[in-house]
Amino acid sequence: MKRQVLFLVALIIVVGTLWGGLSRIHQFGDPGAAPMDDYYLHNAQAERSANNIVTSIVFDYRGFDTLGEAAVLFTAVCSVLVVFRKGGHN
Amino acid sequence: MYSLSVIVRTICDVFAWFLAVFGVYVIIHGHLTPGGGFQGGAVVATLFAFLLVAYGGKKFIPFYKSSLFSWFETVGLLLFIGTGLVGLGTTFFYNFLAGQGGLFGSTVPIGPNSGVLNSSGTIALMNMAVGVEVIGGLSLILYYMFKGIRLYEESGSEETGHDR
Repeated sequence: MKRQVLFLVALIIVVGTLWGGLSRIHQFGDPGAAPMDDYYLHNAQAERSANNIVTSIVFDYRGFDTLGEAAVLFTAVCSVLVVFRKGGHN
Repeated sequence: MYSLSVIVRTICDVFAWFLAVFGVYVIIHGHLTPGGGFQGGAVVATLFAFLLVAYGGKKFIPFYKSSLFSWFETVGLLLFIGTGLVGLGTTFFYNFLAGQGGLFGSTVPIGPNSGVLNSSGTIALMNMAVGVEVIGGLSLILYYMFKGIRLYEESGSEETGHDR
């Protein structure tokens, strides 16, 4: 009985938070004010001289994020090596 | 894993190198066309999956130099971080080559154009570094997982290699 009450309280909190967030979201197809996007679209080709603006965002404006992705790949290879290694614990 | 029939192996011989060339094209033209280092590296790493499926492990494991691809991964990541660190005079990941002339320094005309390969500064260098890293990383994951399966099968389909 206590578990059901706790579950109901948690459900109300989660659904209320989601509903509150989703009811304030912008309309579909109307992204609202986007000065950052407009800056990229108008200036990326002149500043970084790359045609592909997605690449110039990923590798230049947000290069730190790509560094994290590369580190994630490195960590994945290390963990696969550890899991599939030969031999026991000693 | 045994090698497949001669039809599959012939198709692999013919088409695997087109696959490698296409992946390298996607990496090198990352600043001009859709794609980039991650995508092109994944396409090249598909070549090794293709070779493994077509030729089987007995031929693939001596062919695949795992230490070389381990170096690929390390050097790619270090080259990426190093290219970011060289621009540290302004900020981390500053594009110090773009528009300066010289290596990857051509300016592009504003608006739609047919593309200049020698442009975009460090973006092209980082694409190549990430491409080399992804080639090494994904093919190493494939290699280690395949060796894990072999270890499992050789031990009589009972896991004795890990827990005792």
